[in-house]
Amino acid sequence: MIIGVLALQGAVAEHIRSIELAGGQGVAVKKVEQLAEIDGLIIPGGESTTIGKLMRKYEFIDAIREYAGKGNPVFGTCAGLIVLAERLEGAEEPHLRLMDMTVARNAFGRQRESFETDLDVKGIDTPLRAVFIRAPLIKEVGASVEVLSVYQGEIVTARQGNLLASSYHPELTDDYRLHELFIRMAQERGQTHVGR
Amino acid sequence: METGTSRVKRGMAEMQKGGVIMDVMSAEQAKIAEAAGATAVMALERVPSDIRAAGGVARMANPELVEDVMKVVSIPVMAKARIGHYVEAKVLESLGVDYIDESEVLTPADEVYHIDKSLFTIPFVCGAKDLGEALRRIQEGASMLRTKGEPGTGNIVEAVRHMRIITGQVRRIQNLSKDELFHEAKVLGVNYDLLLNVHTSGRLPVVNFAAGGVATPSDAALMMHLGADGVFVGSGIFKSDNPEKFARAIVEATTHYEDYALIARVSKDLGEAMKGIDISKLHSSERMQDRGL
Repeated sequence: MIIGVLALQGAVAEHIRSIELAGGQGVAVKKVEQLAEIDGLIIPGGESTTIGKLMRKYEFIDAIREYAGKGNPVFGTCAGLIVLAERLEGAEEPHLRLMDMTVARNAFGRQRESFETDLDVKGIDTPLRAVFIRAPLIKEVGASVEVLSVYQGEIVTARQGNLLASSYHPELTDDYRLHELFIRMAQERGQTHVGR
Repeated sequence: METGTSRVKRGMAEMQKGGVIMDVMSAEQAKIAEAAGATAVMALERVPSDIRAAGGVARMANPELVEDVMKVVSIPVMAKARIGHYVEAKVLESLGVDYIDESEVLTPADEVYHIDKSLFTIPFVCGAKDLGEALRRIQEGASMLRTKGEPGTGNIVEAVRHMRIITGQVRRIQNLSKDELFHEAKVLGVNYDLLLNVHTSGRLPVVNFAAGGVATPSDAALMMHLGADGVFVGSGIFKSDNPEKFARAIVEATTHYEDYALIARVSKDLGEAMKGIDISKLHSSERMQDRGL
């Protein structure tokens, strides 16, 4: 499976490394045309305001909406989760409006409140080490969204069909089980569909 | 649940990669920087070129200014403490600043010792002009590095030199045998295990940005081409004719540093860039890069 990582800004190399550890092939995606060549897309952590602006500038908004609309898998981590959300708390305009959820940015506070912890995730047998950096939270989800993990009563991992999102950074540890889950989503999509 | 771990502190710098961190002197400039796509802002009272012009002792910014900037932007806010000034750094941490730059741009408070950065929950970035400085700062607890360059000159030559030196030294370390590594650790004044990590991974263990003299979109792209993970722009933006447009152009050139037609397009109609300084015309006491070794 060829998994693209949106490479406008943020932790691109770390995701590519995790994809390769999980048995996939990772590529950096800088241009819209590359979406035709990948089996799944990861939107990495970074600054959501920067990534959002560059996505608009280089016409990624409609292109990724169309890509996901065809059933192709998309995975957003931290800033990527913010970018996927239908609704954002506060002043920032929503970006892709793909996942039926409301997201609060910097929900834990500033950098000094950033942390790592062990986290239970549905479908993964033992806890995952989750690194939260100025992380967002999912405040509310629609009926079609499945909640995969909760930390201190707040939703931090969720899936809606072909869309996956985490508040934290699975790419910053050597534990690539969330990337494996995403590659399986891409394989399932490949079996039911011919062509991207 | 653990805060302030090395993974959390270094991870924060990883999230800045491919981005531009801009010096701002007011809340208003911070908003312009954020709107232009900056991944973080550095709040300070005077940009390096003004510090250079003003002379005297340059210190940590006024807490009021730092708080004003923190109030108006949602992106991370960084601030500078003087080299070795533990208390300025603790004050900035108490304000809730997201990253501290222990910076040679300010007048050093200690000409021998740096701050023990491992004692802080928030991460630090430090300048380095060679691998020895880089690894010593990491040993002291820095979670991010940047080239020193020669701040406030609008002249990229020193940042290029420092990036070239560091990447060249990393390549050389990769090829050393174990007995040579023991000796090299002694020469560089660094911990053997840290040097071994560079030898095996072929890279620095933390993110390394370019800083000090970036004045045009092409300068930013050149530093990315040379292997920088991102770019700090100090005096370049708010000393140019059209800061908003200039800031956007630097952001685009950093993202697409290999797309030369794009860099040409964003470089049009930017007006005058900041006036540069020939480094050889600087007196040795005016060279900020020689502070904090």
